[in-house]
Amino acid sequence: MLQNRFKLFLSFILAIFIAFSQPSFAWVQSETNNSQEQEQTEQSSSNEEDEDAEEQDEEETEDAEQGDEETDEEAAEENEDDAETAAVDEGSDESKTQASSSEKSSVSPQNDNEDTVTSQALKTIVYYIFLFIIISAVVAIFNRIFSIYKLTQVMNGKYSYIKENSIQAVLLIVFLILFLAGVYYSYAVWGKWSFRKAATEHGQNIDSMFIVTTVLTTIVLVLMHILLLGFSYVYRLKPNRRASFYPHNNTLEIIWTVVPFVVLTSLIIYGSVIWKRIFDVPEDLKNSAIQIEVLGEQFSWQVRYPGPDGEFGKRNFKLTTPTNSYGIDFNDKKAWDDLRASDIVIPVNRPVRFHILSKDIIHSFYIPDFRVQMNAVPGMTNYFQFTPTMTTEEMREKMDDPEYDFIMLCAKICGTGHYNMQKKVVVVTESEYQQWLNEQNKFFTDDMKKEFSVNENIDKDDSKESATASLN
Amino acid sequence: MSSTAITPEASFQDSHEEKQSFIKKYVFSTDHKMIAKQFLITAIIMAFFALLLSILFRIQLAWPDKDFPVLEFFLGKWAEGGRIKPDFYLALVTIHGTIMVFFVLTAGLSGTFSNLLIPLQIGARDMAAPFVNMLSYWFFLGSCVVMTASFFVESGPAAAGWTVYPPLSAVPTAISGSGLGTTMWLLSIFMFIISQILGGVNYISTILNMRTKGMDLWKMPLTIWSLFITAIVGLVSFPVLVSAVVLLFFDRSAGTSFYLSDLVIGGEILPNEGGSPILYEHLFWFLGHPEVYIAILPAFGIVSEVLSINSRKPIFGYHAMVYSLMAIAVLSVIVWGHHMFVTGMNPFLGGVFMLTTLIIAIPSAVKAFNYTATLWRGNIRFTPAMLFAIGMVSFFISGGLTGLFTGNATIDIQIHDTYFIVAHFHFVMGSASMFGMLAAVYHWYPKLYGRMLDNQLGYIHFWLTFIGAYLVFFPMHFMGIDGVPRRYYAFTEFPFMEKWVSVNILITWAAVIAGLAQIAFVWNFFYSMRNGKKASKNPWRATTLEWTTEVKHIHGNWEGEIPTVYRWPYDYSKPGHPDDFIPQTVPHSETMSSNLLQDFHDNEEAIKIQKEWNKENNRVESES
Ligand code: HEM
Ligand SMILES: [Cu+2]
Ligand SMILES: [Cu+2]
Repeated sequence: MLQNRFKLFLSFILAIFIAFSQPSFAWVQSETNNSQEQEQTEQSSSNEEDEDAEEQDEEETEDAEQGDEETDEEAAEENEDDAETAAVDEGSDESKTQASSSEKSSVSPQNDNEDTVTSQALKTIVYYIFLFIIISAVVAIFNRIFSIYKLTQVMNGKYSYIKENSIQAVLLIVFLILFLAGVYYSYAVWGKWSFRKAATEHGQNIDSMFIVTTVLTTIVLVLMHILLLGFSYVYRLKPNRRASFYPHNNTLEIIWTVVPFVVLTSLIIYGSVIWKRIFDVPEDLKNSAIQIEVLGEQFSWQVRYPGPDGEFGKRNFKLTTPTNSYGIDFNDKKAWDDLRASDIVIPVNRPVRFHILSKDIIHSFYIPDFRVQMNAVPGMTNYFQFTPTMTTEEMREKMDDPEYDFIMLCAKICGTGHYNMQKKVVVVTESEYQQWLNEQNKFFTDDMKKEFSVNENIDKDDSKESATASLN
Repeated sequence: MSSTAITPEASFQDSHEEKQSFIKKYVFSTDHKMIAKQFLITAIIMAFFALLLSILFRIQLAWPDKDFPVLEFFLGKWAEGGRIKPDFYLALVTIHGTIMVFFVLTAGLSGTFSNLLIPLQIGARDMAAPFVNMLSYWFFLGSCVVMTASFFVESGPAAAGWTVYPPLSAVPTAISGSGLGTTMWLLSIFMFIISQILGGVNYISTILNMRTKGMDLWKMPLTIWSLFITAIVGLVSFPVLVSAVVLLFFDRSAGTSFYLSDLVIGGEILPNEGGSPILYEHLFWFLGHPEVYIAILPAFGIVSEVLSINSRKPIFGYHAMVYSLMAIAVLSVIVWGHHMFVTGMNPFLGGVFMLTTLIIAIPSAVKAFNYTATLWRGNIRFTPAMLFAIGMVSFFISGGLTGLFTGNATIDIQIHDTYFIVAHFHFVMGSASMFGMLAAVYHWYPKLYGRMLDNQLGYIHFWLTFIGAYLVFFPMHFMGIDGVPRRYYAFTEFPFMEKWVSVNILITWAAVIAGLAQIAFVWNFFYSMRNGKKASKNPWRATTLEWTTEVKHIHGNWEGEIPTVYRWPYDYSKPGHPDDFIPQTVPHSETMSSNLLQDFHDNEEAIKIQKEWNKENNRVESES
């Protein structure tokens, strides 16, 4: 009886959730409306003032603006009443809701925008309630059958705890099989989707580390599950057996402490070597690499190349203005030839050293195909040096996807636009790279010169601080 | 009898006791059992709230370009046009994480079961400081209320992730949740820490000072060991979080620059100079990592207990289990840097943190092996609690193994802050700890409410949750390997992520079904309080002290004298004994036929007596 009531309740909630996530049916109509409206909007731009121009009920809004408001409200009220009666009257059948909903949609064009949203939501809720009633009826019937079956078993004296217990053991074995199949499936399908070989030198090292770890952990995962669930099945409760009193075994325990120790030590050593190689770059290699600076901000990246002199001009966040959004200090002559790039373009097979900065909050400079990630932290500069081994063209061929691009994205939560903070990364040949460099514009534009020449004058007269102050 | 016999518990009330007012008994109670129930029910409510939040954002991830007008109906401006806004999405994620980690897996797990089990299993009449204990609950409730209330402020709740890294969390113009919402988050966590510290001090002093006669440390059940060690880890790490939170509060409200420097936000140049967000990260993770062990350690203890009882076998390697708990606890305070491999820290430090982190895998592996060995040659009863315990071990294996990826600094470059991390910590924490907690609820429900939970519902609950959790979290690893960052509002802006949308739909459905399965649990929980089958005194045939108390709850736990303890808590299926368990309160003199010589350690006298008895009765002691 407990189960009966419960299952009714369960199915109620189930229905709500299902309806929540698959409600298309309830407003198919409104969606079709919507597409028509969009066409209309394109034709008449008068709508643009409307606050809710992007909402799906544009047509209604438009009408409402023209129509008589009082009647609208009445219509809306009627509407809600309809919905409520339908909601209260749980026993009514599906045809009735459909009837009432079609009724509503014929009325709704006259509605005020907000009311339409409300009535639509109510409509949806009514729909959920119906779904619930149908499903709960089905579940209740099944449940009745099941409980009657169980009752007869108990009455015939066939019910046994041992049997029920064994069912769980069997289920565990079924789970084990499904689990192993699932692991296989996911490696075969999703694994293939997700794993692409790294397109950088250090990335290949990371990949080998990754593969070694994957192989090891998969073996352990599979074996441990076979043991755990297998033991559960084999040693399930049996009437005439007694568990063996086996509190410890020192040899075994030593073995399974030492074996992980050895395995982990080798992983640690292997990992440390690679880690050191990535981040402990010798001073001369640091200097000979191509230097590129990226500045993260909400929600985009700016890229700066140092220009022919190979050095970046100073940046001072206090100099940030709408025109000088990078905050470059052009009093530093090294800044005059700095280049602004719209994408990150780098030549293949040459070390590049990224200087990673942030203008506002923490971002993360992340290029998955390169196995590169480094946080951009305000107030400090981080570095990541790597050598790409594959041009974009080669990658496209390999992926068999002419559209494929390397992409840099932000991996540290940074606000509203965090999910779309990207920059294309293009790897090209050396000659293409030189050509591309020549086409890039300088940060030090005419506007900038004007802004800074004023400053330079002040600078001559006054102290540097006052120049900064005037900028602020 | 009390005159306030409205609730079922009233019938348990001891007739010798003086009358208690309703308020004193159920609200401002100082009785550890009542406080345990208060913790548990509050945590269940908060867990449901957090679950609902997760369903909301899962819907967004699965159908990023569909409108759900119902959402607007319920959420108003946060889901204008029936779509959750990015800001609100982040707020949902943030509050979901905070509630789950702090309120459910910390207060709900160690709060509930420390309160319930410590006095009962060590043989004490109550906590060392019952009033402080009550305060601990009220601070916890206060923090829950403040956190929930933050949904009703105009600018929305905190939205900078459960780690609330500044500057995002420090500057209100960076994201709307960083206004009043974050102030409330900080206040709530501040109260929570007070609650934890009050609780922790109490648990430790109770365990150290109030054990009954004969209960030396090595006779304590593993639950007590784990709760004890958890409390110590909490006391070491929570105060550091206080400093992190307070400094953040100053940065936000008093214009200081502990964490802020060089900021241009929305075109506005902020005056702060000289601070560093990295400082916050260090302070936060100094708590943050131990915190995740605070969530898993009690689950270890609980699962040891449940596995052993239901396999009718002693836990394999009791001493090893205790030492591994200690090792994990000690190591857990020196691994926090693994959350910061790519913040630009010194590469040498990165190497050190990789070392300490991967070393933790050794005691963890020992635990997993010992659990499995406990099942070997058992006689296993699959109660719902047992199934949850087995599930916990399974998740712990799966999640612990992915720890070898995250803990390896080189691999972490690729998977840091991606869905791989989400998958990893949901296995170890979201699933393993949660299953530990559920196992405990099923196992000790008869002790909490004097009635049994319905088995059938327990099975439904277990299977749907177990399969659901695997379906939800397993696929996320692959997204992470592909490079999909976590805390992304939609996967629609990048061509390479489009293939995952179909998987996201699978995940969301699995999450919905697993979420629904929790209804089975809650129904069972509340319905059985009044209508469940009446429990017997020792329904699981267990050895520990809590099952020697009456079913009826009385203040002071034991009617007469507190029983004395003579043996360790894992004498199951001891050869030579007629029953398959011997309670801790049975002296060896009553079990001559099953005693082993090592039971007496080095007590010469006792060994001599036993040897004589063996000779007289022709008993040959089997080696074990
Ligand atoms: C046993 C219980 C464990 C729990 C409850 C746990 C929990 C967590 C949580 C919550 C995070 C999320 C960090 C974030 O928000 O960014 C995390 C990350 C991490 N975990 Fe665990 N973990 C556990 C075990 C392990 C083990 C055994 C290892 C390694 C051997 C490990 C290594 C890591 C590392 C390195 C990270 C950081 C990864 C990153 O941020 O990129 N954890 N863990
Ligand atoms: Cu960002
Ligand atoms: Cu971001």
